[in-house]
Amino acid sequence: MATLDTRADRRSPGIGRVVGYVVLALAAAGLLLPFFWMVSSSLKTDNAVFASPVTWLPDVPQWGNYLEIWRISDMLTWLKNTVFLSVVVTLLQLLTGSFAAYGFAKARFPGRNLLFLVYIGTIAVPWQAYMIPQFIMMSEVGLTNTPWSIIALQAFGAFGVFLMRQYYLTIPDELCEAARVDGLSEYGIYFRIMLPLSVPALASLALLTFVTTWNDYLGPLIYLRDPDLWTIQLGLKSFVSEYNAEHALIMTGSVLSVVPIAVVFLLGQKYFVQGVATSGLKG
Amino acid sequence: MSTTTVGGPPGTGADRTKRWYRARRSLQGVSFVLPNFLGFGLLTLGPVVALFYISFTNWNVFGKAKWIGLDNFTRLFGDAGFHRALLNTLYYSAFHIPLTLAVSLGLALLLNRKLRGVAFFRTAAFFPYVTSIVAIAIAWNLLFSRDAGPINQILGLVGVDDPPGWTASSDWAMPAVIIVGVWREMGYYMLLFLAGLQTVPPELHEAARIDGANAWARFRNVTLPCLRPTTFFVTVMLTIGSFKVFDLILVMTNGGPGQSTLVLSQYIYQKGLVENRFGYASAISVVLFALCMLVTVVQFAVNRRRNA
Repeated sequence: MATLDTRADRRSPGIGRVVGYVVLALAAAGLLLPFFWMVSSSLKTDNAVFASPVTWLPDVPQWGNYLEIWRISDMLTWLKNTVFLSVVVTLLQLLTGSFAAYGFAKARFPGRNLLFLVYIGTIAVPWQAYMIPQFIMMSEVGLTNTPWSIIALQAFGAFGVFLMRQYYLTIPDELCEAARVDGLSEYGIYFRIMLPLSVPALASLALLTFVTTWNDYLGPLIYLRDPDLWTIQLGLKSFVSEYNAEHALIMTGSVLSVVPIAVVFLLGQKYFVQGVATSGLKG
Repeated sequence: MSTTTVGGPPGTGADRTKRWYRARRSLQGVSFVLPNFLGFGLLTLGPVVALFYISFTNWNVFGKAKWIGLDNFTRLFGDAGFHRALLNTLYYSAFHIPLTLAVSLGLALLLNRKLRGVAFFRTAAFFPYVTSIVAIAIAWNLLFSRDAGPINQILGLVGVDDPPGWTASSDWAMPAVIIVGVWREMGYYMLLFLAGLQTVPPELHEAARIDGANAWARFRNVTLPCLRPTTFFVTVMLTIGSFKVFDLILVMTNGGPGQSTLVLSQYIYQKGLVENRFGYASAISVVLFALCMLVTVVQFAVNRRRNA
């Protein structure tokens, strides 16, 4: 991280720094307190969740909540469904997205730039605007109420193509040119040079896609009516309606829906940040 | 990028080889894009185009699409629910966009300095953005509870005698949703601003400092102009994001109490997928689509004029 104000800080080591830390500490508290409260409430009794004054830590941790929830809900099915969808969607995104991105960044064909503009343009169209025609189409071909609807919906996004293209543009053309001269085909260049070079970008795209699919609520809400197909988000929502007085268990379920994402996020944190930064640069 | 060859008599061997070579390269190029484009064209582009046709029809699940011209749109003019949804969407956007912009830029400026714990903070700020809306909406709903909710208890401690009912009150439900929206998204936009700040040349700051510019003047005359591409991108993304807000509201308030937090996306969902009025829902979608395009085009125009 480049620092711009190091010199100013050195000149006035006092106030500015202290204010900076105070603001940071307050902001961090504000950001993390809801999560902290969620975890701590998941270990309380139902009555203690809304105790007055607020208790930030449970008196006696109710670990039993974490056993109980598996017994009374279909948590396992929901998690399995969500993992399946997230993994398949992510793989397809990586495959077709990076393949197309290579075409847009390094290959030449007539109409390439116009087509890419169409891709970019649709990123600015909210999904909610065309979900109705999409739904009609999916029901015509009988994909509604199957996991394939969600997979079809998420796997070919324009965002992945855009992100990967941004990355491929940073790889010098001379590299591909040299490979061509050496007799490597375009596919050879993609598989043997570009793909290995773009592992960081692929990791970014994989993490962003995985998280998006895992957290998606509206897609499954529209397409997955059968409780056996529900994702964790749908399951959690229905659980809340069914057990609306059992605040502690509701928080237990919420924690369980967040934990896998938290783990994925912490493991791949660097790539998340890179992916977001790349997608924000001009191309 | 044209495939016709210029110069050289047509039909010679060398020319034919060249043309064949180019055609082959074009085909290869297309083959890269094709797998993704098949899915994209069928599932995104197709529906976007179909949307306009459907918006001019009367169509529900059992019947066939019947062309009715502008009827859906004229009906929208008199639809109180639509007015409410449109106004609420603008209400949400009017607060969500500037607030998120200000907070995320402020945090990015703060983090762009050498302070201990910056790495930890960046992670913390990004965390709400990756966690599921359902889980955080549920947690915040409990935090916002009217009587013994932690937020109202804290407000009581600092001397607010009559704390708002938040999601239970038609006046406070929208502010509650906006607060959670800003909280969730500020980390994402902060990262974009941080990336943008890396592109500000330190020499410019140095020069301004030598000229005696204070921190505020340096921010206004050096940082902000250099950040313009980032600010532009962030504003466009934030606007589209605000116009399509849905999940958060659906889980937190379900559009209520009454219709106080009903937004356009939810109205589309309601009309189209709950009541199965495809044509009417598509007309609302066209309005949402037009709004996003309008704002994006205006922002592009303003951005271009500033850059000129």
